[in-house]
Amino acid sequence: MAQKALIQKPNLFLAFVQQQGALLAFVALLIFGALRYEGFFAVYNFAELLRYNSMFGLVALGMTFVIMTGGIDLSVGSVAALTSVLAAQLSPHGLWIALFLPVLAGMVLGFVNGLLIAKLKILPFIATLAALLAARGLAFLAANNQSVSVATDTGFTDFGQGNILGVPTPALLMFAAFLIGVLVLRFSSFGRHVLAIGGNEEASRLMGLSVDQIKIGVYTLSGALAGLAGVILASEFGAGQPTEGSGWELAAIASVVVGGTLLTGGKGSVGTTLVGVLLLGLIFNVLNFENGYGLISLSSYWQSVIRGGFLLVVVILQTRLTKGQKI
Amino acid sequence: MARASSREGFGQKYGALLALAALIVFNMIFTRYFLNLQTLYVNFTQVATIVIVATGMTLVIATGGIDLSVGSLMAISGALAPMLFLNESLPPILGVALAFVLPVLTAGAFGLFNGFLITRYAIQPIIATLVLFIAGRGIAQVVTNGNLTTFSNMTFQFIGRGRPLGLPFQVLLMFALVALIAWVIRATIFGRYVLAIGGNEAAAKLSGVPVSRVKLAVYGISGLLSGLAGLIVIAINSSSDANQVGLNMELDAIAAVAVGGTALTGGKVNVFGTLIGALIIQLIRYTLLAKGVPDAVALIVKAVIIILAVYSQRVRQS
Repeated sequence: MAQKALIQKPNLFLAFVQQQGALLAFVALLIFGALRYEGFFAVYNFAELLRYNSMFGLVALGMTFVIMTGGIDLSVGSVAALTSVLAAQLSPHGLWIALFLPVLAGMVLGFVNGLLIAKLKILPFIATLAALLAARGLAFLAANNQSVSVATDTGFTDFGQGNILGVPTPALLMFAAFLIGVLVLRFSSFGRHVLAIGGNEEASRLMGLSVDQIKIGVYTLSGALAGLAGVILASEFGAGQPTEGSGWELAAIASVVVGGTLLTGGKGSVGTTLVGVLLLGLIFNVLNFENGYGLISLSSYWQSVIRGGFLLVVVILQTRLTKGQKI
Repeated sequence: MARASSREGFGQKYGALLALAALIVFNMIFTRYFLNLQTLYVNFTQVATIVIVATGMTLVIATGGIDLSVGSLMAISGALAPMLFLNESLPPILGVALAFVLPVLTAGAFGLFNGFLITRYAIQPIIATLVLFIAGRGIAQVVTNGNLTTFSNMTFQFIGRGRPLGLPFQVLLMFALVALIAWVIRATIFGRYVLAIGGNEAAAKLSGVPVSRVKLAVYGISGLLSGLAGLIVIAINSSSDANQVGLNMELDAIAAVAVGGTALTGGKVNVFGTLIGALIIQLIRYTLLAKGVPDAVALIVKAVIIILAVYSQRVRQS
């Protein structure tokens, strides 16, 4: 008994570090940046950081729900590329049409993913890999192989480039989406069922949960959020870009993992994914400042090496810590 | 009952082969100059690197894993080789010899690193190999400063342009490697171990299979083969571009394995199927190109084929 208590005590601490490790790293990096760089701890820097990373945040939010069911969605980057093209093409008709229809298109693609996975029982990895290829093809077809510029006189670009109460509009949207995500996961039956399916799909089915519908639901959600990210992309940069978004799925998966959600499903948290996204964004930001600082010059190539190395360190720490928990 | 199951077995075993035959017949009728040695060479030369990488991927997937880093490892090996055979301080022969060996071994070492993460830290393969997927291409870019290197060195480029007995060298290499890996799976203890791990890892461990060592080896082999494929690509192109070599290779390789009938859940393997799967994907690309269909549509067709192939196998299995 005494032995048990001894083991349990550090476990609570480890569990805290595992769950909040990303947050601790985020705060540490923030302090580091504030002390080292001029202009780092400034409203402008943070506003632009949030504006740029809102796309990744939305995609990672959808990915979190998918991963909690034990699945994966590789198609998000291509879907965003496709909807950025659609949004650019629809932008002459005003913001609402250019916002609504592309998101709908993303939903439809996500729904198809869900059907393939839930009804045809194709592994998520393969189904969404096919969707990755197909959506990329559709994006090139729709855009005729070139980037599509947006209409600047219909208010469409205000959405991605504007602020509400000083906060970038896309960032507000991202925070709202995460807030809803947290509430859905914690208080709705959908959220509980998502976790139940990820924990044990067979048991959930036997308990009478409508597993298929919930799976279709999470992929549709992921498609819709990727679609929204594509609209932001077009609005923020003034063009629909059929070549954009490659590698977004892996960045999103990395954010989810860094946030502490387990890839095996059944466990996870929406809030920590947001921290994961912001942490990865902040690393980029700090590296940019370091470049501007001039002591060492890190090419963008070094950045991907550092990003990979960082992912490695976080994942190793997490597996060590979760191992400790299991004992 | 018995008849039905034997028919299902036939479909499952030969479904991909039938699809390939259908594609060939279609082209024989509708594509001009298809029945031509040159066409055959073009298709085989283009598919060789995919097959070589996909063969390693087949082993990885047979253990229930996945390797996302293959394209990045190709870029690393493709970046290293010119530094060796273009190196003025080395005797030319030694430079070329080292260019064949060191880059491939380096890629193999990175593959072992993947395996180390997966076995030592029990990190899921998709995440463990994601690390090098991201960092690996960065390493290749850092090494070359992101610059394109062009060269003309026929001794080195034999690996991608040589024609012993009139046959493209990398095609011979491809067939040899497929035959070798198929033999390893069928006839060696290592092959049994691979399948046992993919079938039920816990049971394999309990029955004395050296799970960690086998997994290390499998990811190491995948790295070696990726390194080799990287050399072939730069030899064909007469240039090495770290930004381009092996881009999206992981998707093609995984698709070839899936279409070829190897279960992505592990425990079942079909090395020749992977060859067929890669040929199907290649021939679709060729057919659409010959018919003047844009690349974008080719992507969509590829997606549909992957889903159809995987779904039809699933139906037959259940």
